[in-house]
Amino acid sequence: MNVLVPLPFVLPLLGAALAMIARRRGAWLRVLGPLAAAGGVAASAALLAAVARDGVLAVQLGGWAAPLGITLVADRLSVLLLVVSGTVLLAVMLHAVGEGAGGTDGHEPGVFYPAYLTLTAGVSLVFLAGDLFNLFVAFEVMLASSYVLMTLTPTGERVRAGMTYTVVSLTSSILFLTSLGLTYAAAGTVNLADLSTRVPELPGATRTALGLLFLVVFGIKGAIVPMHMWLPDSYPVALTKITAVFAALLTKAAVYSLIRVETLVFPREHGSWVMLVLAAATIVIGTLGALTHDDIHRVFSFILVGHIGYMLFGLALFDVAGLTGAILYLVHHIVVQATLFLVSDLIQGHTGETSLHRLGGLVSLSAFISVLFFIPAMSVSGVPPTSGFVAKLALFQAGVASGSVLAYAVTGVAVVGSVLTLMAMSRIWTLGFWRTRPEGAQEPPKSESYTRGGVRLMQSVTTVLVVAGLLIAALAGPLASWSRHAASDLVSGDAYRHAVLDGGKR
Amino acid sequence: MTGPGLVLVVVVAVLFAAGFDLLMQRSLIRIVIGFSLLGHGANLVLLLAGGAAGTPPLLGAKGPGAAVDPFPQAMVLTAIVITFGVTAFLLALAYRSRRLRGGDEVRDDVEDRRICAERHRPGETPRATPLEQENPGPEDGA
Repeated sequence: MNVLVPLPFVLPLLGAALAMIARRRGAWLRVLGPLAAAGGVAASAALLAAVARDGVLAVQLGGWAAPLGITLVADRLSVLLLVVSGTVLLAVMLHAVGEGAGGTDGHEPGVFYPAYLTLTAGVSLVFLAGDLFNLFVAFEVMLASSYVLMTLTPTGERVRAGMTYTVVSLTSSILFLTSLGLTYAAAGTVNLADLSTRVPELPGATRTALGLLFLVVFGIKGAIVPMHMWLPDSYPVALTKITAVFAALLTKAAVYSLIRVETLVFPREHGSWVMLVLAAATIVIGTLGALTHDDIHRVFSFILVGHIGYMLFGLALFDVAGLTGAILYLVHHIVVQATLFLVSDLIQGHTGETSLHRLGGLVSLSAFISVLFFIPAMSVSGVPPTSGFVAKLALFQAGVASGSVLAYAVTGVAVVGSVLTLMAMSRIWTLGFWRTRPEGAQEPPKSESYTRGGVRLMQSVTTVLVVAGLLIAALAGPLASWSRHAASDLVSGDAYRHAVLDGGKR
Repeated sequence: MTGPGLVLVVVVAVLFAAGFDLLMQRSLIRIVIGFSLLGHGANLVLLLAGGAAGTPPLLGAKGPGAAVDPFPQAMVLTAIVITFGVTAFLLALAYRSRRLRGGDEVRDDVEDRRICAERHRPGETPRATPLEQENPGPEDGA
């Protein structure tokens, strides 16, 4: 079954190559793109079944034994994230097919489809990478295509934001490369499983320094306060569907890597107070920022920053309960954040507006969109019975159960953060949906560039994602037990080490 | 294994210092140059991680000292390719920024300026800031 392991990123990469060849044929691309993305999802689902049956799967590419070759590892955490992220990527791809690749003001299918499929491959490779250098390459594959997508249909503003985004990402990549070099100098390996056996022998100070370096590297990529400044400036400017993918996946890939590296290579007995404080700061600043902004996309971007704090909170506790909460939160947030941005794309398609002070009366304009917005908005605020409630409940229970004073305090902050999120969402609801349209607002332009089939496809994709969010809540039981398994695998790390180091010699 | 030469360590320090200094400038071309310096610095760190110089790691090669560790060199090669490609992209972006916005300076974010201005005029509807009037239509990109 090991041949399955590379497929989630090989299939989209193959699709990207074919899309490059077929770049002048829009109709082919519209079939090829979703097909390649769907292939990736199917491979991930098969991998999930295989991991459920056989436990952790490891593959040594090229046949070189573990610490030397390129290792790909699929464990419970990575396959779960592969399936969820693949589904979201496929959904947004279908949304793009409905909308037209370049949005309303340009058509660049020849650029969009290859770049998007490469991004898909990069995200999948991040989840599968079994050594630090391969993780670096996966991030570069993902980010290089994201630079292209960010500046798709360039306007002056988009190029400005794209420049900020690119330079910040590159800085963190350089830091990543440097940390990698330092790790190799200290431990003599970059294979994660091998590192996890060698790093505990290093002096404590070296270990702390390396751990903090990786926290900074993934903190920049994952927008943890105070390294979050670039995100709300750059994300909202890209085409909305692209922002949806970025918000749903790029920061989560960084959070995943942080969880993987910190639990496997730098395991701790107790919670980390540095991370707890950072998590609290991230929650407060992100959700407060969401309350001050007027543009819907910026509100959502700040919400994203705030909710990265919740995942960091789960990781900072460094126990099975906390990590279970973090994993549940990752799954919930990937889906719900993508849904929110796709809904806002529908709003934009309907009214041509994203500014709250110019929006209004959306309830009477389209009840359908209102329902589509309402459900993920409640979910992201954590109102029962949505998936956000399930994930937050798991986190709060873990925070209270851990028993330290700081963890109690951060749990309190997290509760306040949920209330602030609810306030931000109610603000959008009151200003954008409930009040009558402000005087002097121009009539919504009938967008002629959308075909009727396209609009229907976009609406059904968003509906499917909303339903998927509800499904996460409905399947909370099995999902939580899967996450708990994944979390205890993370905490012990034995299954991972065994699959990589002993399995490779077979 | 003897330690790496002091010269290379100093070179790495200088490359990082100069690189980060250039990265904080407003001119895009300086940022690009700063990024390439940082890339060189990081690659040198990787190279240093392999230990002191020695015999080429080839079967049958003869020379002074033990064979060097080929692993970091393989990683450096990959990293060089990546930084090269990304530098080319940055240059293209800087060129496009010059074409579209008529300058190579990084501008402030308009939305931030607007919110800042709004705070000083409570109760009024948000208006265009001077910066927004200078550059008509930047918000249309959203």
